[in-house]
Amino acid sequence: MIMQENIFKINDTEYILPGNRACQGCGLSLAYRYILKALRENTIVALPPSCLCVLHGLYPNSSVKIPAINITFAGNAASASGIVAALKALNKPDITVLALTGDGGTYDMGIQSLSGAAERNTDFIFACYDNEAYMNTGTQRSGATPIGALTTTTPLLTKQENKKDLIKIMEAHGIPYLASVSPAYPIDLYEKFVKAKRIKGTRYIHIDTPCPPGWGYPVRETVRIGKLAVETGITVLFEIENGKFRFTGRSETIAKKGKRLPVVHYVEKQGRFKKMSIEQLNRLQSSIDARWNEYLKRAEM
Amino acid sequence: MSDVRIITGNEAAALAVKLSRPNVIAAYPITPQTSLAEKLSTYVEGGELRAEYVRVEGEHSALTVCISASTVGARVFTATSSNGLLYMHEQIHWAAGSRLPIVMCCVNRGVGAPWSIFNDQQDSFSQRDTGWIQIYCRNNQEIIDTVIQAYRIAESVYIPVMVCYDGFVLSHTMMPVEIPDAQKVADFLPPYKPHTEISPENPRTVNPVFFPWRRENHEGVLCDGYMEMRYKLQDALLNSFDIITDAGTEYARIFGRDHGGLLWEYRTDDADIILTGMGSIAAEATVAVDSLRDEGIKAGVVGIRVFRPFPRHEVAEAFQKARVIIAFEKCLSYGCDGGLSSDLKAALYGTGITAPIHNYIAGIGGRDVKARELTDAVRSSLDETERENRGNKTIWLNCRTGS
Repeated sequence: MIMQENIFKINDTEYILPGNRACQGCGLSLAYRYILKALRENTIVALPPSCLCVLHGLYPNSSVKIPAINITFAGNAASASGIVAALKALNKPDITVLALTGDGGTYDMGIQSLSGAAERNTDFIFACYDNEAYMNTGTQRSGATPIGALTTTTPLLTKQENKKDLIKIMEAHGIPYLASVSPAYPIDLYEKFVKAKRIKGTRYIHIDTPCPPGWGYPVRETVRIGKLAVETGITVLFEIENGKFRFTGRSETIAKKGKRLPVVHYVEKQGRFKKMSIEQLNRLQSSIDARWNEYLKRAEM
Repeated sequence: MSDVRIITGNEAAALAVKLSRPNVIAAYPITPQTSLAEKLSTYVEGGELRAEYVRVEGEHSALTVCISASTVGARVFTATSSNGLLYMHEQIHWAAGSRLPIVMCCVNRGVGAPWSIFNDQQDSFSQRDTGWIQIYCRNNQEIIDTVIQAYRIAESVYIPVMVCYDGFVLSHTMMPVEIPDAQKVADFLPPYKPHTEISPENPRTVNPVFFPWRRENHEGVLCDGYMEMRYKLQDALLNSFDIITDAGTEYARIFGRDHGGLLWEYRTDDADIILTGMGSIAAEATVAVDSLRDEGIKAGVVGIRVFRPFPRHEVAEAFQKARVIIAFEKCLSYGCDGGLSSDLKAALYGTGITAPIHNYIAGIGGRDVKARELTDAVRSSLDETERENRGNKTIWLNCRTGS
């Protein structure tokens, strides 16, 4: 069981300095703040070129007080594998290695090195901050972009395909811990990273990461959009520990009460869906329903 | 008592790696590198070598593992060939730009398409401009000795070193090799110290985004921009000649074997016909020179051992007395000419050396090239030179050319 912490128990050290280069209302900044609080000082972050790289700042300054190693786009999980191997060889077992990667570096270009590292059960946390497109380069379509979304490479017709179910792919690797989190629920996120830190082997954490410029909503709405994602089942808060699925936080409540909002409540708040057709909306709703029912079955609810 | 074994080039490389005591090895199998990766697995699994061996899912990851392991303070090793090396290309640049003393063996093989598993040097040649030091070996003894030297060089100048040797011709051919004494190797290689410490006490973001201009840090000190960082890599390479030479000299003092520092010479004292090349084809040229000498032709060989940084000064000196220079090459810049010839011409420009450089492309994709064929090529070069000014022509040896 996850230990129940309240907000006053959260590590009060800040590892991200104010005034960094992330956009206003950035879901990643919020998530990263709580991730580092959970993992604390003895951590090395592996990162690819991405929004996170921008957040870390321009040489010679950095906004992050945790050691971090940049690497090329396709290689973040391999980079983390190298750090893990070196720390083991040099007998420094107490350092947590976190590979924090966007959806492009996870779903698309990085999936080979991620799959390899997970198959080797590399002792690290791989967290995907999924903002559902290539946001750092200006909102181009990725394998994580949902159906019906406008991106700068699906600028007229919207994305025609469903989002890839990466969590299923990662679960198929037989790794000891998987979780899905949202920065709109920071305590749930915090607790899962605290827990993941204590587990050995590959841990995969999926972070739903609202993005005001990419998704087309006002910057003050990040937490509300994140919450709507959970209320509609677009994002589901859960963890899978040694194969055992468990709803957590708000998703657990929704599952118990059976009160899940239709996805249109989430979709209608975002400019990226303004050209979504009714058929696409129905396809999105039915894929979300199917996955939710699968989760309900697994949770034996 | 010396320990001499009859072994392949790949086993020689594996033994050198074992003696160099890396902390982390990452490799992905590709012909003809495979038996090297396999041998190292046996050493690690059998407890002969205490290292973490990451059996990665591709060459891009192999070098990536080495990059990040080296960044946090591990001595690392990887090896590959051909398309495996090409698949690493992005990381080959990254390793040099990060100034990491990675040692990699490139077991030279032709690149696709079409497929060839056989030897030429197009793979490592195509990585010429990445900022690595490249050393080409001519026999298995040189392989074992060069890999050990490579760690010393790399860790002195913080530049990765690619030790290149010909696939099958060396990698799978057995030769007597004297195995260096482990304690002496340990003394020759001081422990690796990374240039940047990665620790919670001093949290840094390594290799962040640089801007074109120089920028101030939090204390108001003006720091390098991207261009200064790249200049420093070039500067370090151009200042590594002495380190490379010294590593060879010091190695010779301890182990009694000198393979030449930047280049090596064979019967050049009174030679006016100079054959040149890299790797095993240059060794083959020494056999050709012996038979040319029997005919009264004053030929010699200058073998290029270090291709990058290119030893311009030493090359100009070695070719001082040349009347004709004949380069045998297993690689070329398509649309131009042999890779080594281009560099030779550039190095000799303005030195007063006006000897023609005859360029033979040979042994591409494992096409057999014998010493007597090199001898024939030299004779025909000399005939043509006597009859007319042949200029700097490129000939594909043992190849049906024309449409």
